[in-house]
Amino acid sequence: MTAPRAYSIETKDLCLWYGKFQALVDVGLNIRSGLITSLIGPSGCGKTTLLRCFNRVNERYGSVTTRGEIKILGKNIYDADISLVELRRSVGMVFQRPNPLPLSVAENVLFGLRIHTPGRGLTRAVAEEAVERALTEVGLWKDLKDRLDDRATSLQLEQQQKLCIARILPLKPEIILMDEPCSALDVEGTRGIEELMFELKGRYTMLIVTHNMAQARRVSDECVFMLLGKMIEHTPTKELFLAPRDGRTAEYIEGRYG
Amino acid sequence: MFTETPFVRTKLRQERVAQTVFGLMALAMIVPLLLIIGYLVVRAWPLLSWDFLVTNPTQGMRQGGIWSALLGTIYLVGISLCLSAPIGVLAAVYLNEYAKDNWFRRIINLAVVNLAGVPSIVHALFGLGAFVLFAGLGRSILAASLTLAIMTLPVIIASTKESLASVPMSFREACWNVGATRWQTIRRIVLPNSVSGILTGVILQVSRSAGETAPIMFTGAVFFKKLTEGNLLAYSLKDQCMALSMHLYTVTTQVTNAPKALPFAIAVVLLGTVLLVNTLSIALRVYLRSRKKW
Repeated sequence: MTAPRAYSIETKDLCLWYGKFQALVDVGLNIRSGLITSLIGPSGCGKTTLLRCFNRVNERYGSVTTRGEIKILGKNIYDADISLVELRRSVGMVFQRPNPLPLSVAENVLFGLRIHTPGRGLTRAVAEEAVERALTEVGLWKDLKDRLDDRATSLQLEQQQKLCIARILPLKPEIILMDEPCSALDVEGTRGIEELMFELKGRYTMLIVTHNMAQARRVSDECVFMLLGKMIEHTPTKELFLAPRDGRTAEYIEGRYG
Repeated sequence: MFTETPFVRTKLRQERVAQTVFGLMALAMIVPLLLIIGYLVVRAWPLLSWDFLVTNPTQGMRQGGIWSALLGTIYLVGISLCLSAPIGVLAAVYLNEYAKDNWFRRIINLAVVNLAGVPSIVHALFGLGAFVLFAGLGRSILAASLTLAIMTLPVIIASTKESLASVPMSFREACWNVGATRWQTIRRIVLPNSVSGILTGVILQVSRSAGETAPIMFTGAVFFKKLTEGNLLAYSLKDQCMALSMHLYTVTTQVTNAPKALPFAIAVVLLGTVLLVNTLSIALRVYLRSRKKW
């Protein structure tokens, strides 16, 4: 890597249509590297849509038209020479409901490596090391080191969600996108995931969509408020909650709508 | 407080009546099956033996067994499934996993649904025109199998699509978001988790193709054919063949003075073969299910 860049994700005039419905309107964002940025806003405001733009997985969900520019690590991801497979490898996604694959714990962690390694190129030693490292990084190694062959779907929800994070780590991603990663979890689980996010901060750029304003306040360094497909305000989190610049932001964080 | 009012008693009585009626209806499903099987076996009993299975019919169908018909049915069903299962499953994978929701996919879906609704006699005429005459295959096992394959194809596509659709979308999302291609997703996750349903759908078509008479009548099945007994490779693709369903039909309608037990014995063998295949498929499904990880 060259010198660390200030912004991992930059968008300019980003518009997106599902068929005829315009879901994103002229979104211009600069997401700082190594920090946690949260996306807040009422349901249907385009948070998840925006998140899915950053690894272009939107295009798998049917007829989507995009206009504008998205630069990930300085590279425009709509350039002709972009490999979607490689893009998605460095921009990982964590979902609302933990979605471990119907495989063993170890195979879940290795899934990414396997599909990115030609033939049977993945040696046992490399695989074992990758599993240990990824599970250690998300804090599951101690609990699961004797259960690597268990079904991933038999784990507790919190462990499943951590496993889903561990699944993207062996690919050495730069950016981790999280779509309401705690909304299916209880208080303990939510705390676990939030603590993990703090652990990972600095090494990865994290972008988290959340419905929970208290969570945005707790975990994020910067906060983006969206409404009806538009980016309304993007400031440091403290500022957004203490002194919002826009009237609509103020009303939303006071709970007048949402 | 909390005591029964007359209205509550009425409701409880209705509840009991409803449960009994629904239960009886469910039970009624078993009765015809048991009656049919029981009746067939009792009537067929005098003729049922191993020799009946492995000897050719003799004396104008009145004596001997059903060897050439049994083997003919196995050939027809086996070859038609070998043709329709791969094509059907692959087409369904395309429709469910690759195709975008556009007019092209809708037309294919419409074609599949309509093809599934075509009566078997129409398939027979199509087979006669397309395979026997136009393609010049003549009346043969190959032409008859192709006709059966066309008949079972849409049903296999529909049932395979259903099993594929039952694999949760979240698995696919998980794969895509670590950079898996569609094919990697299908091979590693979607197919392993839908294979039991796909197999069930395919194997159900065994009973359908084994039982149909119309599609093979014009395209390859004949009244009588003598074979080397006990040789499993006695038919070639270009031969015409006998088949159990057709044999049952001819014995009942064309042969005078046939033993009374003969049609019943043929029916028992036909039913037994189908039930055997279905049982094996259930066993296979249970086994595959037990390996499923969600």
